[in-house]
Amino acid sequence: MLPIEVLSTIFLAGGAFFMITGTVGLYKFPDFYTRMHATGKCDTVGQVFIIVGCMIYAGWSYITIKLLLVSFFYLFAGPAGTHVLMKAGYIAGVRVWKKGDPRDPED
Amino acid sequence: MGEEGEKNRTFRFVLTFCIMFIFWWLLSAWTIFLIEPFDFWMTLSKGVMATLIVTCLTYELFVPPRGEKVLLKLRRFIGYVIWELYQIALAAIDVAYRVVGTLPVDPRIIEFDTTLRSDFALVTFANSITLTPGTITIDVEPEIGRYWVHGIAKEPADSLEIDQGMQKYVGYVYLEE
Repeated sequence: MLPIEVLSTIFLAGGAFFMITGTVGLYKFPDFYTRMHATGKCDTVGQVFIIVGCMIYAGWSYITIKLLLVSFFYLFAGPAGTHVLMKAGYIAGVRVWKKGDPRDPED
Repeated sequence: MGEEGEKNRTFRFVLTFCIMFIFWWLLSAWTIFLIEPFDFWMTLSKGVMATLIVTCLTYELFVPPRGEKVLLKLRRFIGYVIWELYQIALAAIDVAYRVVGTLPVDPRIIEFDTTLRSDFALVTFANSITLTPGTITIDVEPEIGRYWVHGIAKEPADSLEIDQGMQKYVGYVYLEE
């Protein structure tokens, strides 16, 4: 394998790892807010890693710059979306899970 | 609006035009190189017209009118972005540890005041809180610089509320100590 393929494989595998971690966290964490931690952070990083892997694999061209712009868009839009969902939940009065509370059986 | 204001306005217009045209070029030059020379000029003039329309609509928002020490802020901001990218990677690894169960999950909502006032500084700090390990911004009160933050455990929340390292860094970037 070429070094470029090795490097892009590492980035793609890292991105897939973070996406899977985020999904597992979505099911494992106890309440709405902690679930936003899992999805909001891992998804942003996973998507950016996957895009960087594609950039390295595609080689140097205009596509690279387009992908770079898309990844910057993720880095701005990800936190904003997470923040809006958190604020909506806070205003709607979603209960904060405290350590030691039993988990809601309906989750 | 004196002579200085008119010059400033022209400068903002030209700067926005240049940035927008480079942006259009990056997104559309892929098709230019695949077609005939005559169509090259047609496409270019279309691009210039589109850029002019966008510039007329957005230059007042795109470049803020009163820029003070813009270059210094920009230089510090680039360093800040690099530090922030490192923090983003740390944040994902932190969440991964909490998913596995190595680190505890002990959520809490904290509330604290900052000295930041300008819009850019407030937005940068709110986004930074969300991107750094273990904390997410819930709400901001811009007039008094107050933040509501959800922390996933005790240490990330304490590092924001007590150490205030990131807050000082954002203040340093935007010259708002």
